[in-house]
Amino acid sequence: MKYVDEFRDGALAAKLAEAIAREADPGRRYAFMEFCGGHTHAISRYGVTDLLPANVRMIHGPGCPVCVLPIGRIDMAIRLALARPDVTICTYGDCLRVPASDGLSLLKAKARGADIRMVYSAADALALAQKMPDREVVFFAIGFETTTPPTALVLRQAQALGHANFSVLCNHVLTPSAILTILESPEVRELGTVPLDGFIGPAHVSTIIGSRPYAFFAEEYRKPVVIAGFEPLDVMQAIRMLIRQVNEGRAEVENEFTRAVTPDGNLKAQAIVSEVFEPRRSFEWRGLREVPYSALRIRGPFAAWDAEAKFGLEFVSVPDNRACECGAILRGVKTPTDCKLFGTVCTPENPMGSCMVSSEGACAAHYNYGRFRDVPVVAGMTR
Amino acid sequence: MSLASPVKKGYVRPLDLKHGRVDMGHGAGGRAMAQLISELFAAAFANEHLDRGDDVAVLPAPAPGDRLVVATDAHVVSPLFFPGGDIGCLSVHGTVNDLAVMGARPLYLAASFILEEGFPLAELARIVQSMAHASREAGVPVVTGDTKVVEQGKGDGVFITTTGVGALPAGREIGGANARPGDAILVSGTLGDHGMAIMAQRESLAFDSEIASDTAALHGLVAAMLEAVPTIRVLRDPTRGGLATTLNEIATQSGVGMDLDEAAIPVHPQVAAACELLGLDPLYVANEGKLIAICAAEDAERLLATMRAHPLGQRAARIGTVTADPNAFVQIRTAFGGRRMVDWLSGEQLPRIC
Ligand code: SF4
Repeated sequence: MKYVDEFRDGALAAKLAEAIAREADPGRRYAFMEFCGGHTHAISRYGVTDLLPANVRMIHGPGCPVCVLPIGRIDMAIRLALARPDVTICTYGDCLRVPASDGLSLLKAKARGADIRMVYSAADALALAQKMPDREVVFFAIGFETTTPPTALVLRQAQALGHANFSVLCNHVLTPSAILTILESPEVRELGTVPLDGFIGPAHVSTIIGSRPYAFFAEEYRKPVVIAGFEPLDVMQAIRMLIRQVNEGRAEVENEFTRAVTPDGNLKAQAIVSEVFEPRRSFEWRGLREVPYSALRIRGPFAAWDAEAKFGLEFVSVPDNRACECGAILRGVKTPTDCKLFGTVCTPENPMGSCMVSSEGACAAHYNYGRFRDVPVVAGMTR
Repeated sequence: MSLASPVKKGYVRPLDLKHGRVDMGHGAGGRAMAQLISELFAAAFANEHLDRGDDVAVLPAPAPGDRLVVATDAHVVSPLFFPGGDIGCLSVHGTVNDLAVMGARPLYLAASFILEEGFPLAELARIVQSMAHASREAGVPVVTGDTKVVEQGKGDGVFITTTGVGALPAGREIGGANARPGDAILVSGTLGDHGMAIMAQRESLAFDSEIASDTAALHGLVAAMLEAVPTIRVLRDPTRGGLATTLNEIATQSGVGMDLDEAAIPVHPQVAAACELLGLDPLYVANEGKLIAICAAEDAERLLATMRAHPLGQRAARIGTVTADPNAFVQIRTAFGGRRMVDWLSGEQLPRIC
């Protein structure tokens, strides 16, 4: 395919693969978590696993904003849209298919008459509110630190321009608290029981928050972190850097993505975010349950544009299927095929747990891109 | 589509094709409808069968031994006009191609229009002209049709359903269940052009370049291919769901696997860039003027040369091999050097965030 550019060069990849194979100590096993769904996507999409030695294992973390969104939050939007015909819900395409309660999703609610629209940005949602002054336009905002500044900007704009028919249902979450939760989980805390030797740090998130927030993990938990871009060569380079750190007994924050990430990140964006948002004491993550100080809510001065306050929306927690192993998979304790529901009861068409929701989730990535590896006759096929 | 207009020339104002709009009367079966049909549809599609003005077309039987094939396709596309085409020519090409990829010779089309009240007649005329042009170019006349009007808000401007009839020569067996391990998989050109042209237009994405739909009638290309290699096993036009979905369908029907080479799959650089921007995979994006061919490995080079010699197959490529795999997995060797599956899509492909 003709978009093979400098970051996807197969020949370079082969060279890097050789270097990784040379440096990886055959006497030990390496397990690295890529936190971010963008990396999970790159690894699956380009078949990076095939270029790694057998003793280097990648664990798909909880960094897909759609996957970690709890069912109850989508229920809030659906209930609002169905109860109030004057409400239009706008959101990113990814959110539309996420299964919610009662066999619904935003897409299915739309088929039942709710006014639900896909937008590409928070600004598009505000523009829609301007275009339809007699409707209540609610932007269902999701995402990590990357998508938060644009939401903050439109909130400020809505306030400045006095757009009373616009509001935001805020589901923005924070990366460092999620990493902390994984490291604090009992399995990972008891050294040795879970092979988590280091992290690939998020790319876009880090352009905003910088590399500094990861220093704590490196020091406190002795886990190396390498921040990497989303191109497959970035990922491979980061893996090589992590292997080096492990081999040398170092645990530092390194930056493979210097073309975009600085230690302090984007200070202007951070200032806007903290003007508009404040941390929630606790927020439920799909697959990780309640995580303290892991999400943002809209500050008091912007309450008139906060859909939760404006429409009196209540969050009701909805549990995943009991047999779902998402939590263990997100911590690296289990793999998708360890789950009894994988590929039978739980499929991308009918996900039971968070990991199967978007193709950036661990289970869906394995199902969509990698399940041929589970079938011996096919796995052995060569050309 | 009754053509005998009860309207006597000279006593009525002709249809205002410039400023007029579709109204409920255009579907009510009265004078307005008769006028719309005679002044727009009949005039554009004019041919001996349609001109008889009956509600059915009376057609000659196909040659002895030929079998009849019928295909029908409803077209609901938004926007109605896009770079490279419009719903009119699309509705002709789509059905002609459905017949062509069975190895049939497309003979006739029937067209049914659902119009929304308020739709500008000027745009309708543009669509009908484009359709008439496409049908003439393809040599497949529209021989009968129907028109209905729905209230404003109950349609999307124009919906067009076309039904095609074709003749399938005796002994020709092309079908999705015929792929065998070892066969070669070919495509006729770059993938994803149509879907991306539509998406770029719909989302008014500001691309520097013009990505144009590839909409085209493929029966000429198919005829040339069948002449070169009469034993082609599978032909399919990868429309909605793109190459990936079509190959999964064929793999399932034939009970085989497929092994693709990503580096060999032609994708227009601008389509690739647009896909990248939206987080889409061009392998799943729709095409309206491309086909997939599966043939015995020994025929592959000859078939490829024939395709490349045809204007609609200049960028044809051999993209992979059929394998023995009871799981019917479609796998791809990525340009990066790894492997993955090219699975069925779950739901509709939607742009990714973050
Ligand atoms: S397969 Fe489904 S149920 Fe099992 S862990 Fe994955 S997402 Fe949860």
